[in-house]
Amino acid sequence: MASGHLIRTAFLGVMLGTVSAICAAKAAEPPLKIGLLEDVSGDLAFMGMPKLHGSQLAVEEINKNGGILGRQVELIHLDPQGDNARYQEFARRLLSRDKVDVLIGGITSASREAIRPIIDRTTTPYFYTNQYEGGVCDASMISMGAVPEQQFSTLIPWMVEKFGKKVYVIAADYNFGQISAEWNRKLMKDLGGEVVGEEFIPLGVSQFAQTIQNIQKAKPDWLLTINVGAAQDSFFEQAAAAKLNLPMGSSIKVMLGFEHKRFKPPALNNMHATANWFEEIDTPEANDFKKRWHAKFPDELYINDMGYNAYNALYMYKTLVEKAKSIKLEDMRKVIATGDACIDAPEGKVCVDPKSQHTSHRMRLISVGPQHEVTVVKDYGTIPPYWLGEIGCDLTKKNDKDQYTPSHLPNKS
Amino acid sequence: MSAELFSVFYQFADVFAFLILSAAGLAIVFGMMGVINMAHGEFIMCGAYVTVGLVKLGVPLAIAQGLAALTAALAGVVVEFLIVRRFYKRPLDSLLATWGLSLIVTQSMLLIVGSSITGIGTPEGSFAIGDYTFSTYRLVLFACAVAVLIGLYVTFMKTRFGVMARATMQNAAMAKALGARTGRIYAISFGIGAGLAGLCGALYAPTMTLIPTMGATFVVESFVTVVVGGANVLLGTAPAAVFLAMIRMALNASYGQIIGQIGMLFAVILIIRVLPEGLSSVLVRRGR
Repeated sequence: MASGHLIRTAFLGVMLGTVSAICAAKAAEPPLKIGLLEDVSGDLAFMGMPKLHGSQLAVEEINKNGGILGRQVELIHLDPQGDNARYQEFARRLLSRDKVDVLIGGITSASREAIRPIIDRTTTPYFYTNQYEGGVCDASMISMGAVPEQQFSTLIPWMVEKFGKKVYVIAADYNFGQISAEWNRKLMKDLGGEVVGEEFIPLGVSQFAQTIQNIQKAKPDWLLTINVGAAQDSFFEQAAAAKLNLPMGSSIKVMLGFEHKRFKPPALNNMHATANWFEEIDTPEANDFKKRWHAKFPDELYINDMGYNAYNALYMYKTLVEKAKSIKLEDMRKVIATGDACIDAPEGKVCVDPKSQHTSHRMRLISVGPQHEVTVVKDYGTIPPYWLGEIGCDLTKKNDKDQYTPSHLPNKS
Repeated sequence: MSAELFSVFYQFADVFAFLILSAAGLAIVFGMMGVINMAHGEFIMCGAYVTVGLVKLGVPLAIAQGLAALTAALAGVVVEFLIVRRFYKRPLDSLLATWGLSLIVTQSMLLIVGSSITGIGTPEGSFAIGDYTFSTYRLVLFACAVAVLIGLYVTFMKTRFGVMARATMQNAAMAKALGARTGRIYAISFGIGAGLAGLCGALYAPTMTLIPTMGATFVVESFVTVVVGGANVLLGTAPAAVFLAMIRMALNASYGQIIGQIGMLFAVILIIRVLPEGLSSVLVRRGR
């Protein structure tokens, strides 16, 4: 018995040796390691799942077409389950134990701010793939999503012109909601509008009867809904049941949370948003992308903008690495500094801005109808992420490692 | 003025219904039986998912909700038989066991059903008073909460089962010696608790986002209500819900949801400090 076991082990060993020798001969260099942190369980799983899928699709395509710089790509995904402490733990693990070549991910702005200081202590590049409240001026971070000058500076003037000057804000009570509300205040002031009410909601709150009445008491012309997460989304159903019937605007609804697919019509009727991606985009490039996605993930309810940005992030990484002919952050940043860090994305050509390392986007204003049909109301063309550069963030000269907001601007020195 | 008055009542009724419906099941399981049921939220989720599933199959909403509560009750009896039964003498271990169950259930739902399913929409019906419009369904929820309280009163105070159940919870050995089948009484009580949790999920299903972790949004409120109430379901949970609903409603209306939540939890801390046995300890003593 014992000798039989020994022989089998030896045979297996030889087999393994042969296999690995063949593999080694085929791929001379080890694969590039991509660390991915996305929630696929917990409260935000419904948004995080498309992000994982987008990354998997891009990795599969890139590997099929010869990898990056001839090296295959290996995705190491960990699920922080919406817990910021776990985000930090997993970021440390990916950076110091797995020694990933690039780190991608994070859903909420809270999770991003939780891991950014950890990344800043390394020389690993980090891609944040969500739309967000903007303002992060950090050389380690490349932002793939849309920011307020692309989303709010387009949407809010349009809402004011179309529906009126009085707005009521319901926002999630953490950095994303607070800073987005600040953007709204600034823009409304510039437009001569009035914020008739602002309500910050703790994450996890699901009951909104009082909020609905506060809104009716304040008599706004329209609502800015920047509530976050599955529980807070219950607002739409409850507002529709109470016949609140107000026009709504948002930087995260429809294209990100696909509420129009998750709620029964007409809960999302009269919702307006500005987006660089939504699944209803009807161009040949977008349709081709959607076809590939749904072929790989037939059960996907909706390809949201986070998932789409996550897909683009890998191609942007590939482009930067191949132009720099290096996987080092400093070499990649030299490519960004030339202003020539662009990819042909399904939305069109997008480029990383040298000063802020944020991405330009083709922005469209979309409206949701009573049957939850999505129509494009206005096309703004490509909008660069200009705000950080204007207020004095220039990563080609100085690494601020800070997040700026309209009330927290860089010191002029 | 009448619009403002009605609005105050409506908001109170809304918070009260939420607290009672989410806490009723736990009041029996935790308040009476002493089982720290961390899977309470998952029974709520079970009720919600069954309701939505049945409505999508064409079952009328009210019937679907009834069947969903029944499904949760059956699931409760099974869970009692397989797991909870072994922990009656070890309440802290029951916490761990049911918490594990809760993790297993939410993750399994995520893997089997997916990260979210489409909602079914709140039943039509709204009315206007003054400048305000209200959803009729929220008043239905209030009526259901009151009905649940009455139902519990009748079951535990007026029926033979109720007498035996209270005897069992007070002194199981003595009740057994007098001929009560305590094992079965525990199972049925747990089943009723789970069924009420399922009913809560079923009633709130049309108004909420459906995700596997949705039960969590109810759990804090339900534990808080039961802890403030104390061991007596009727003289504890109901006054606790009235009290907490008033605080929360008043603060929500004047200062918004954050202060409402903080204020409610602060009130809870004060009460537990002053009355460690909960409101019912005072009320029951007065009653004697």
